[in-house]
Amino acid sequence: MNTDINADSMNTGLENPNMKSIRSSMNSGRLTARSENRSIKTRAFAVVKKFRFVIVFAFVIIALYFTDKTEGIKAFNISLSNMKEMLGLIPPIFVLMGLLDAWVPKETFIRYMGEASGLKGVLTALFLGSAAAGPLYIAFPIAMLLIKKKAKLAYVLFFLGVWSTAKLPLLLYEISYMGARFTAIRIAVCVPLFLLFSLIIEKTFSAEEKESLGRKAESEFS
Amino acid sequence: MKDKKRTKIALLKAWKSFSGILPEILSVMMFAGITLAILSPDIISKLIGSNSGFFGVVLSLTAGSITMIPGFVAFPLGATLLDAGAGYAQIAAFVSSLMAVGVVTLPLEIKYFSKRMAILRNASALVISLVFTMVIWKLM
Repeated sequence: MNTDINADSMNTGLENPNMKSIRSSMNSGRLTARSENRSIKTRAFAVVKKFRFVIVFAFVIIALYFTDKTEGIKAFNISLSNMKEMLGLIPPIFVLMGLLDAWVPKETFIRYMGEASGLKGVLTALFLGSAAAGPLYIAFPIAMLLIKKKAKLAYVLFFLGVWSTAKLPLLLYEISYMGARFTAIRIAVCVPLFLLFSLIIEKTFSAEEKESLGRKAESEFS
Repeated sequence: MKDKKRTKIALLKAWKSFSGILPEILSVMMFAGITLAILSPDIISKLIGSNSGFFGVVLSLTAGSITMIPGFVAFPLGATLLDAGAGYAQIAAFVSSLMAVGVVTLPLEIKYFSKRMAILRNASALVISLVFTMVIWKLM
């Protein structure tokens, strides 16, 4: 969906955008003021398109403010604190992943989580998932990296399941609020079921679908 | 020198991944903010009391699937709701679906994986939450 825009944002780190638009119009052989003007326009349009939901929701919050002042302010504050939390969490995770991607060879991942890793793969997924901190959506790009490094799909799904329900730091917190019994039952019921469903879901994926997922992961980190 | 370049490329990749996903993240956060402002915790607690039975469980599963509350807020909230008369089963449904099912983040998940994988993962997480709720209902 955003592939063309992604390609743009990668390049802006290397050269300034004006240079780039000149270069790209040189490449296409049309170095006229008009075509450059148009390319700026289409780029602005692309940015608006990319952020269209952000713009729509901003208007919803403003509308909410004018119908009910307290609710509008509340919506704004909750959105803001959510964003702050996310923006604090995501960049370090992405940096860590970029480094993992560049420095840890595929073979290592295959050995620990690949098709033939067996119990080792299950335990690695369990370890990675439970050592985590942060909400589930942080785990999506990490799962994609695992897929790129040829981890078995079922173990990636299990990793997501463990991340969502059995993060160790949160478990201690849960015990203190909900009681050890509640937490123990939750882990005993949920973790094996997540493993079972992960294996079942993988079975429903054809080799072709897995391959296209692998290609998607490949392009995500290229 | 080659290592330095490799790290630089890694950081560039990180920036690319981040800026690619930024619009989705911002809109998801705003949507969560709007929903939570309208659905306040006391409305939620009114609806999922211990007498609400299976209706309360379904409602809790729905609320847990839609809302996005960090775990560090969810467990104290769950404990408060329990003290205020909410049922264990309803809280179990709410807490477990809150953690594993993400309706609001579904577009993000689809963008990363595929529609089928995202829907299957969430559906299985919902089933698992329901099983856990039933076990808690029987045992606590």
